Amino acid sequence: MQAYVVLMVILVAAGTILDMMHKRSAKYFFENAKKAEKNATRSVSGGEKFSLAMQTIGKEVITSGEFKNPTRRASHLFTMWGFIVFVVSSAVLIFGYAAEPAAGVWPLLWHLGALSLAFGGYWFWFFIRVDVNSEGRRWYQLVRADLFIVSLLAMSTFAILWSLTQGAGALGWVFFALFLAATTTLFATVYWSKFAHMFFKPAAAYQKRLTRADGSAENLPTLTRDDPEQQQRHSMELLRDAPMEMGKGIQREAPNHY
Amino acid sequence: MPTFVYMTRCDGCGYCVDICPSDIMHIDETTRRAYNIEPNMCWECYSCVKACPHHAIDVRGYADFAPLGHSVRVDRDEERGTIAWKIKFRDGREKNFLSPITTKPWGKHIPQLADVPAPDQSMRDSQLLFNEPKYIRMDEGDLHTLEAAGLKLKEGVYY
Repeated sequence: MQAYVVLMVILVAAGTILDMMHKRSAKYFFENAKKAEKNATRSVSGGEKFSLAMQTIGKEVITSGEFKNPTRRASHLFTMWGFIVFVVSSAVLIFGYAAEPAAGVWPLLWHLGALSLAFGGYWFWFFIRVDVNSEGRRWYQLVRADLFIVSLLAMSTFAILWSLTQGAGALGWVFFALFLAATTTLFATVYWSKFAHMFFKPAAAYQKRLTRADGSAENLPTLTRDDPEQQQRHSMELLRDAPMEMGKGIQREAPNHY
Repeated sequence: MPTFVYMTRCDGCGYCVDICPSDIMHIDETTRRAYNIEPNMCWECYSCVKACPHHAIDVRGYADFAPLGHSVRVDRDEERGTIAWKIKFRDGREKNFLSPITTKPWGKHIPQLADVPAPDQSMRDSQLLFNEPKYIRMDEGDLHTLEAAGLKLKEGVYY
């Protein structure tokens, strides 16, 4: 099993590198960063960059703060943290407690991780997926974008079933085989699936914060009504007495008017 | 020239799919991100650009000036009730605009159009169109409610 875990790590690394080469995402990312630097109105110090990186880890990475949809954010948090706890506890159990019957808190964490992953994943699968929610596609219609979520769900589901049927003879082994097949699919299909987003999304979030800090702001307008000077503009006359929080606009409703 | 999506910015929330009047913003089956399925049918109405909460959608400039480094970008801040435009000209000059989208909180002042009095017979018999200055009372130099103008619009119009 230890060799299997090492093989999966290698597959993820290779898949991510191949994906990066194929999409040229790293090249695009650095070109974009250079372009942003040209439009910068102020330079950002090393300390500030470190602070921005910490803020990115604190908000976008740990708490999935980039999602504007709170339901989606909650589902993502269950899925993401479930996956991390499940993978880490699997590795600890395989490498640290392979020959020991008592493994402390790790088996409990393994189960909690699998349950959290399954809960967040099924919630996303049935109710939140954008093609189902916004385009009226049926939940059972599979597309290539489902490779990641389906293999995640299969992995967590068969892991739980395997755990429940351990000692039940052949059935337990069937679920174990299916669990391994799902896990292998998940880690071996990084090149074709959305797996790599967990690496490039934090980088993109950091870059976004950096552009805000250096004034380039991705070329977006930076005027806001929060600025007292802007409130005095002639064009803002009709908003003088309006509340600063006007409500959510189109985001009051879910985007499902297909 | 059509809209396009910055894939690293898009999180596949579906607001552009929902709002596109041409129904050409769709969800990609490989990445589950939005994309323009029919660029040559795009009106560049900017609906999706404004609706995107991550500013992940942009519009290509016309071919005659895009290579010269122009940019037109918009930020619709609904919570503040404003829309801001930043226009960068070819020679590097910049113009920034900030305007109200609405002066009342969203969804709080939905006109009960079904209760508005119908046009009277003289309005029906008139050759004037429904939105002529006389009927929207521009000649009096002010904005008016539908009720005051005695007009009836289609139900379900929000502002």
